[in-house]
Amino acid sequence: MAKITLDTLAHSYLDAPQSPEDFALKELNHDWTDGEAYALLGPSGCGKSTLLNIISGLLIPSHGRVLFDGRDVTHLPTAERNIAQVFQFPVVYDTMTVRQNLAFPLKNRGLPADEIRDRVARVGRMIDMEDALDRRASGLTADAKQKISLGRGMVRDDVNALLFDEPLTVIDPHMKWELRTQLKTLHREFGHTMIYVTHDQTEALTFADKVVVMYDGRVVQIGTPDELFERPGHTFVGYFIGSPGMNLFDAEIEGTAARIAGTRVELGARYPTSGGTLKIGVRPEYIRMGETGIPARVTRVEDVGRHKIVRLDVDGHPVAAIAGEGQGVPDGATHVQFAEGGVNVYENDWRVTPEGGDRPGGRIREDAA
Amino acid sequence: MKTENQKAWFLVLPVLILVAFSAVIPLMTVVNYSVQDTFGNNQFFWAGLAWFDDMLHSERMWNALGRQIVFSSIILAIEVPLGVLVARNMPKKGVWASVCLVLMALPLLIPWNVVGTIWQIFGRVDIGLLGYTLDALGVDYNYTQGFYAAWATVIVMDVWHWTSLVALLAYAGLQSIPDAYYQAAKIDQASRWSVFRYIELPKMRGVLTIAILLRFMDSFKIYTEPFVLTGGGPGNATTFLSIDLVKMALGQFDLGPAAAFSLMYFLVIMVISYVFYIVMTNLDKEEGGE
Repeated sequence: MAKITLDTLAHSYLDAPQSPEDFALKELNHDWTDGEAYALLGPSGCGKSTLLNIISGLLIPSHGRVLFDGRDVTHLPTAERNIAQVFQFPVVYDTMTVRQNLAFPLKNRGLPADEIRDRVARVGRMIDMEDALDRRASGLTADAKQKISLGRGMVRDDVNALLFDEPLTVIDPHMKWELRTQLKTLHREFGHTMIYVTHDQTEALTFADKVVVMYDGRVVQIGTPDELFERPGHTFVGYFIGSPGMNLFDAEIEGTAARIAGTRVELGARYPTSGGTLKIGVRPEYIRMGETGIPARVTRVEDVGRHKIVRLDVDGHPVAAIAGEGQGVPDGATHVQFAEGGVNVYENDWRVTPEGGDRPGGRIREDAA
Repeated sequence: MKTENQKAWFLVLPVLILVAFSAVIPLMTVVNYSVQDTFGNNQFFWAGLAWFDDMLHSERMWNALGRQIVFSSIILAIEVPLGVLVARNMPKKGVWASVCLVLMALPLLIPWNVVGTIWQIFGRVDIGLLGYTLDALGVDYNYTQGFYAAWATVIVMDVWHWTSLVALLAYAGLQSIPDAYYQAAKIDQASRWSVFRYIELPKMRGVLTIAILLRFMDSFKIYTEPFVLTGGGPGNATTFLSIDLVKMALGQFDLGPAAAFSLMYFLVIMVISYVFYIVMTNLDKEEGGE
């Protein structure tokens, strides 16, 4: 296992990139801490698979370096990096049995037969496929095949990192949870560095210790699931994570208050801004309906079971609010207010930290609810 | 109310007529000839299974069959590996992939007798590029006189004409393998040979079965190319089953024996192809099943 360092890394598929738009992956510096589980989250085409392939060595970056524990591996071929990768499409060697599949990477590395046998038996237990070891791999279900691909990576004791490229895409929904839970258990028990690419926020938030959100070739925020929810560093994170995403209001800041649609809203802190476009972001969970605050009009109520999503119109802009179960829309709700601490300020789409720092102890979701 | 009539029969009639005239009647004519003897004048005498018996004891037929089996085995042994090799080295995408595909398809578009003619001229010692060059290099090469020269030319000609078919089918098989397989193999440190053995070959098996079957049937029936090139010679060196059959039927006008010969020929191809197909699909099940 290893710490993976990305040093001024960037990649362009073009021969002579000119502008930032030519880069599929814009310049990035980051340390992937040894033994942590990361999720790379972003919409299709945001550069997350490019980044993963650079780490695994399937792609050589056009700029910058990749280091494993301080050793430069930028130009090393995949096989020499000692990483494992699970792909979107399950890859097994059809003509082999499960056992032979698991032994394959070890055989290719010339390990003695008895050691191969021990390790395959151990990995068979880890991925819970002991009983299927002598079956042909080709007749198995997609989730079993994904477990074999994973096992082929874990069978190498010294594997530097396990990489996952949207591994649950072709798995039946009821197996997704099980497989993801199993992954988490494996991570807890064996402590591999894991990097998991997905465009599904639920997958990312439930799997990872830290989520890396990518947008348009750029890493916009790296944080715990909680941080991404409470303090989205970029309006894209606010929009992409959460269901529905964060509401954004055009605003002006005056001292410790904001003016939204002509109404003054107290923010509780000063925000150092430098004259860019200002927006206030509030998650639907933190919008309260009542008789005071910003004028709003309810346009629609969607019942999604656990809670209701209330669609409102604030000064011509659509706004969503979440009303908990049994907590219907109050009669005569003509205004909205923001729950304390649920407000983030953005300048040119990037979050502005209030003077004096963020309020400690993040979990305002609970005291807001 | 539902009316019933027999008009629907008229709809299948064209097909019935077509199949009757294109397959059933000609085949039955052959069957008819195979059990009778004729001395012309449309006079026929019942011969029973005599012709079949004759043919089974005919050294000539066994020799032709032997040559045929050797020929088919050799061209399969060359064309299948060579086709796979070519397919593996063809570019996977881009302009060059299209260029290669067109080039590969070209030999398949040339009519059989033209292929024969091309090689007949190409191999001539006096005016042909190949024959002249070999002769100038001091190689004793003359396909009209030398046994080995004739065989070599017929085989090279068939390889030239038909390897493309195997290559194109194998190429289609290779193209259907997702990139992830190759990437996983890299990560598993698989050798080039392992990639071929455990990824490419299993994925190509279906198309290769078809390629082998097609090439076997076709090579077993080969007629035009060697007929144009060598006429079956020198001596009987390249007289394959079809050439022999035509000599017997049209050259000597031995219709009865030739008919019996044809039927046995037909059966041999069918049986071999059937057995081959069954073996390959069973192998598939064994490898693919639980």
